[in-house]
Amino acid sequence: MLKYAVSKISQSLLLLFGVLVLAFFMIRMTGDPASLMMSRNATAEEVAAFREAMGFNRPVLVQFGDWISKALSGDFGNSLHFRESALNLVLQRLPATLELAVVGLCMAIIVGIPLGLIGGFRAGGTVDFFGRLLALLGQSIPNFWLGLILILILAQRLGWFPVFGNDEPKAVILPAFVLSLPVMGELLRLTRSATLEVRSEDFVRTAFSKGLRRRTIYIEHVLLNVAISLVSVVGVEFGYMLGGSIYIETVYAWPGMGQLVGQALGWRDFPLIQTIVVFTSIIVLALNLLTDLIYAIIDPRIRHGR
Amino acid sequence: MADKPLNRRADSRLELETSFQDRLRYLGRLLLRDRIGIIGLFIFTSVLFAALFADVLTPYKPLDQDLQASKMPPAWSAGGSIEHPLGTDNLGRDLLARTIYGARVSLGVSFIGALIAAALGVSLGAVSAYVGGRLDEIIMAPINLVLSLPYLLFVVFVASVLGRSLINVILIFGITNSPIFARVTRGEVLRICQSAYVESAISAGARWWRILLIHIMPNLVGPLVTLISFQVSAMIFYEAGLGFIGLSVPPTVPSWGNMLAEGRRYITSYPWLTTLPGLAIMYTSLGMNLLGDWLRDISDPRVRRASR
Amino acid sequence: MAAILEVNNLVTKFYTIDGVVNAVNGISFSLEDGETLAIVGESGSGKSVAMMSILGLTPSPPARVESGQALFRGNRGTVDLLHQNFKELSEIRGGQVGFVFQDPGTSLNPILTIGRQISESLIRHLGITPKEAKLRTLDLLTEVDIPDPELRYGAFPFQLSGGMRQRAMIAIAVACKPRVVIADEPTTALDVTIQAQIVSLFKQLRAKMGVATIWITHDLGLVAGLADRVLVMYAGQIVETASVDDLYDHPQHPYTIGLLGALPRLNTHETRRLVSIEGTPPDAMMPINHCPFAWRCTHAFERCWEENPVLADVEERHKVACFHVFERGG
Repeated sequence: MLKYAVSKISQSLLLLFGVLVLAFFMIRMTGDPASLMMSRNATAEEVAAFREAMGFNRPVLVQFGDWISKALSGDFGNSLHFRESALNLVLQRLPATLELAVVGLCMAIIVGIPLGLIGGFRAGGTVDFFGRLLALLGQSIPNFWLGLILILILAQRLGWFPVFGNDEPKAVILPAFVLSLPVMGELLRLTRSATLEVRSEDFVRTAFSKGLRRRTIYIEHVLLNVAISLVSVVGVEFGYMLGGSIYIETVYAWPGMGQLVGQALGWRDFPLIQTIVVFTSIIVLALNLLTDLIYAIIDPRIRHGR
Repeated sequence: MADKPLNRRADSRLELETSFQDRLRYLGRLLLRDRIGIIGLFIFTSVLFAALFADVLTPYKPLDQDLQASKMPPAWSAGGSIEHPLGTDNLGRDLLARTIYGARVSLGVSFIGALIAAALGVSLGAVSAYVGGRLDEIIMAPINLVLSLPYLLFVVFVASVLGRSLINVILIFGITNSPIFARVTRGEVLRICQSAYVESAISAGARWWRILLIHIMPNLVGPLVTLISFQVSAMIFYEAGLGFIGLSVPPTVPSWGNMLAEGRRYITSYPWLTTLPGLAIMYTSLGMNLLGDWLRDISDPRVRRASR
Repeated sequence: MAAILEVNNLVTKFYTIDGVVNAVNGISFSLEDGETLAIVGESGSGKSVAMMSILGLTPSPPARVESGQALFRGNRGTVDLLHQNFKELSEIRGGQVGFVFQDPGTSLNPILTIGRQISESLIRHLGITPKEAKLRTLDLLTEVDIPDPELRYGAFPFQLSGGMRQRAMIAIAVACKPRVVIADEPTTALDVTIQAQIVSLFKQLRAKMGVATIWITHDLGLVAGLADRVLVMYAGQIVETASVDDLYDHPQHPYTIGLLGALPRLNTHETRRLVSIEGTPPDAMMPINHCPFAWRCTHAFERCWEENPVLADVEERHKVACFHVFERGG
């Protein structure tokens, strides 16, 4: 178990380094980060001055070393638009995005997993049919478009929800729902196929042969095994939702990191964009690490050092 | 009663003689399963048809502006006319034309992107699995990195750096989606190489390209085609998303994503500007997903055996 | 002694996408109290399906019991197992009928301790507290010769060897002191030495508990030292049934004779070829209305192709289904 944990942690650290490298080089993809960040109207002198001020003239490796060491101590530079610490700006926006992602994940889990379970147990039944339909729709409808439509109908025409912003507690419902749809569909499918697989295992037959009650068999024998295969997926899906928040937050004017990215794109504020991307990646990596460790704790085969 | 010959062949397997009822039941099941696929196939071909024969289907070009006929609703609401069956946008461009031509862009970008991703990913994955060892680790490290990150964010990042152009979008999609192809291919190749018949082929001295051609390729086709189908569906989304925030193809090119972005401003006053491209995306995506489901069903060897 | 299980005309079919598989084509037999009955047959003979379908353990969308009766003399009197609902059946399964399955590696839940898997059966049927169940489980573990029961109680299946896992399965089967134990090829997946241990463990338990047993196997050699009576199945039908001694001394059905002839014998001085039966069993999807063994039988004559022989007494408590035996002197 310890060995497993250590290996996972070191993998995550490696991935983190990879993320930093990637982010660093992505800004330099066009060759000249200065002209990328300056507006089109800037003169050649202004661009040159900017380049010098940002240190883009130094050798790449020097820049990289500098950036990494600053990044590791939490300094991601300043946002061009706001002229203050990019990290601070991101941290300010973090709670709103987290709220959206967490509520969305809860919705996806509460709807997706039970439907997937029932669908797996009674494959071909009514619940299964509607579950699979829901999953298909959830993964076929562009969720930000649906977000727009729902604003139109439920918020403007019917007035059930606020049109934008997060001033009221119930404002989170529409954006979180729309954000959760693809994940809901995916969780439903995965749960369904995991349930089908576990159900056909020999030990489930043994459970029936022991004369256990249906509920006991379903919960202790099937569900627990299904849950194990779902744990790692949940982490990945949360990461997916963090990414999808760009569109949803823009549509719903939700003051989170995603909206900030959308705005930063318009301002060509690349340091800010870069910071958000790196920061979000760190969250996702940490979450994946967490789910891996939880998985190790739950599955006795790993816990007892297979 | 004639004597049955006693040296009758000791082989008792005869033709399958099922009752008429059983045959019907079997046929019914096959059709039910295939019904999903037929719908998917239909949707796909309809969109393909629309994209290919756009100039035949509508007299308007997507960039033709007619400011006098701007902001017209679809033909079935008040103020609409059959001249512009789906209405026009704020610049008077016919929406039916834009939607159909938009299919070209969205589908084209998605398909070419998926094919590039497949070509890249399959080669990487196959080589990685077949050679194994150090090379495997080196290749899979960045692939696993990309797969574990929030994909959308990085795509947006890259797109914002590279700027809006058709080529850029295709390349971005192609390159950033190759990891999933690589991982799937690697998994399949590893699985196939571990099977007994490949082991025996290797021990019988078969050359590596023979093994690749005869054993590995045929088994890859199923999962690959399925994955391509799903990826195309996903890329249509991505294009729409990128277009929505203004990072997709240039605004002069009609794509569903761009149409969504334009329509957003008028959502309260002229909602169909947004509804139409969204429905188009949904329709196409649904079709590709259904197609992918069906392809996966029939390429699954367990199911294939049962569907003689 | 009265029969504790009486099966009449059991027919089980599988409705698959390819067609209908006639797995069990009308079998009838009875199991006496305390008796050990061996059901012998090759793969595909329907021996496992027959027993599993009696207790509703076959996967029910494809499988269906078409007709028949399975009268079980249980704690609540005699009931027909084929017409019990789930609740009633679940009282009988585990509590009055125990099961031992073939592959202990896959038949145990990998994420629960074996102690827990044994206790849950006790708690379910005997209504005792978990603490009490644990004590009884520890006793059971000792009875099935698992050393260090305290330690093993909290062990997971992957931490045990194949032999120990099978012992744990046996412990599960006999936990609630059932009246019948059905063992489906329990030693097939084990090494020969472990096989012997399991068989002897089983004999011990049988002697102690006086439980009636159905032992399903394809290995005739195993049956000799273990069973009281033998049932030989072929292509979903019973072709011969007799006491162990009668079967080995004077087998009647050509299939049985063939099986016995195929057994390697170590105690002869002559060298002879292993006699095998030519051919393969018939396609189970094809309904047959003649003797299913006719293709492979060296004694087949035209009668064998016209009708399916039924079981009839050839001597006291020795039945055969064969026209050759009755009409041509065997």
